[in-house]
Amino acid sequence: MRGYIERPAGVIRILGDWTLPHYAALAQQVADARPDDTQEETPDLSALGALDTAGARLLYKLLGPQGIETALADLPPERRALLATVVRAQSAGDTPPNEPGYRFGDLFARIGQATLNFRDHAIGLCGLIGLTLETFVRVLLQPRRWRVTSFAAHLEDTALDAVPIVALLTFLVGAVVAFLGATVLTDFGATAFTVDLVAFSFLREFGVLLAAILVAGRSSSAFAAQIGSMRANEEIDAIRVQGLSPIELLVLPRVLALVVALPLLTFIAMMSGFVGGMLVCAFALDISPTAFFATIESDVPVGHFLFGMAKAPIFAFLIALIGCNEGFKASGSAQSVGKHTTSAVVQSIFIVILIDALAALFAMEMGW
Amino acid sequence: MSATEHVIEVRGLENRFGTHVVHENLDLDVHRGEILGVVGGSGSGKSVLLRTIVGLHRPAAGTVRVLDHDLLKLAPDQRSRVERRMGVLFQRGALFSSLTVAENIMLPLMEHAGLSKRDAAEIAALKIALAGLPPDTGIKPPESLSGGMVKRAALARALALDPDVLFLDEPTAGLDPIGAADFDRLIVTLRDALGLTVFLVTHDLDSLHAITDRVAVLARKHVLITADIATVSQADDPWIRDYFLGPRGRAASGAALRSAVHEESHGN
Repeated sequence: MRGYIERPAGVIRILGDWTLPHYAALAQQVADARPDDTQEETPDLSALGALDTAGARLLYKLLGPQGIETALADLPPERRALLATVVRAQSAGDTPPNEPGYRFGDLFARIGQATLNFRDHAIGLCGLIGLTLETFVRVLLQPRRWRVTSFAAHLEDTALDAVPIVALLTFLVGAVVAFLGATVLTDFGATAFTVDLVAFSFLREFGVLLAAILVAGRSSSAFAAQIGSMRANEEIDAIRVQGLSPIELLVLPRVLALVVALPLLTFIAMMSGFVGGMLVCAFALDISPTAFFATIESDVPVGHFLFGMAKAPIFAFLIALIGCNEGFKASGSAQSVGKHTTSAVVQSIFIVILIDALAALFAMEMGW
Repeated sequence: MSATEHVIEVRGLENRFGTHVVHENLDLDVHRGEILGVVGGSGSGKSVLLRTIVGLHRPAAGTVRVLDHDLLKLAPDQRSRVERRMGVLFQRGALFSSLTVAENIMLPLMEHAGLSKRDAAEIAALKIALAGLPPDTGIKPPESLSGGMVKRAALARALALDPDVLFLDEPTAGLDPIGAADFDRLIVTLRDALGLTVFLVTHDLDSLHAITDRVAVLARKHVLITADIATVSQADDPWIRDYFLGPRGRAASGAALRSAVHEESHGN
């Protein structure tokens, strides 16, 4: 039976069950009965049914501190314990302080905070780059400290396991670019240049860019999540107190593995793109594979290939470091690891495209 | 309702992971309103037993009845209704890290009891106070709490729906002695006040002496003995003797005796 209140003259009688399932209705009754006169009435809890902490809280609210004291005296001991415990807890701290609300100026505060965070982040990343390079040079001189196993494991993770997806994706993009050439260049009667379109775009840009973006999505996030959860588990601290360097143990093998992996993947991406373009040329434009490769051989200087490949280790270095850096920045919670993993992917892809654009601009000015 | 009504009834339980048998032919009863301590060596399957009882782990054989229901045989909505009557305090707190402490407690109140956000916030504040935390804990994220406070906050969440049965997995592990003693007292107070049944997995001999009504000893894949601590510690079994009458066990029982005498002399 749901609890309710009866108020004959001078008495406030509590009846029925005062429990959580009826909380909303009871709270309404208590709010209605609230006027100060309840303080003068004598509480009568003899007809009280079931009671839990939520109900006890409402009774405290209804009767006030004095009323509860009076009521407590009349109750059987087991009931008294519950009510007394709640009363004690209530008087210890009544309502929690409100969460700070939103104020107009907060917008500017947040912009300022974000700017400062960006600065700190940039400094932190540069710091990690420096530290990694320094550690690399020092480790290089001591073959005993080369982490070959870790390096090989990461190489398998980042290179070998990524081959199918990189090959498939670039194959499809190669085919798409060739289709594009076939469609647009027909208007100029220049379909033969479809081969050049595929070759130039894949050697200079698409091969390395697509491979880098895929690696950023696969490996940068993996690095951030691995290191982030190690941090959450205090493993990074354990490495430090043992006098070991997390940079040497965790960052360096990952960075080196990726610096080796991305050029390999870039090469695969280029070849796979060629195959995609070649098939479209063969079926849609009647350019035989032999003619396709002969055109590439005669038309495309090797410099384009080198230009594309040269970007790969730079991208790899930055992708790996951004991933590791975000991992180190994660704090204990699951949410934080997730946030930094996302951030790692977004930053890696951003930096890859930014640097690629700058490189294209530079190469154009230089006439490469 | 008789005095020895069984809130939890485990019969012929068998748990195995691959070829590794954890429990075999395990029987256990938990009476209403008691604090049952479950002890056992590391790896003896105390936590697995707890997880099996609350329905997180499906046993290979045997039955587990909680509050007269077999959780694994219930339809999802019925099962959820029974689960609301159980509160679980996990070993590491398991507070939701994306929510503040108060929101952690409000979640079951809003989801299950259907309270408005305002009402839920008020009850959450009460639970936070009940668990002995300062009022401003509510707005903090769990990661900013100390180990002891995480335990208390997790207890507050476990108590959110005023459960009938409370499962505690090593609640005092990692607490300082003062914090652990406070926590023990808190459990007893809440048990007395709310009429809880408490299933307490612990290694803390002081806790066992201070608050348990009965102790179940888990060893050699089943429950060796279930009785009050004095009887259990006299039991004729080498493992139990080592556990309760080893140096730490003697120190704890001595301490419990002293504090009992101390209280008595104060009472008079």
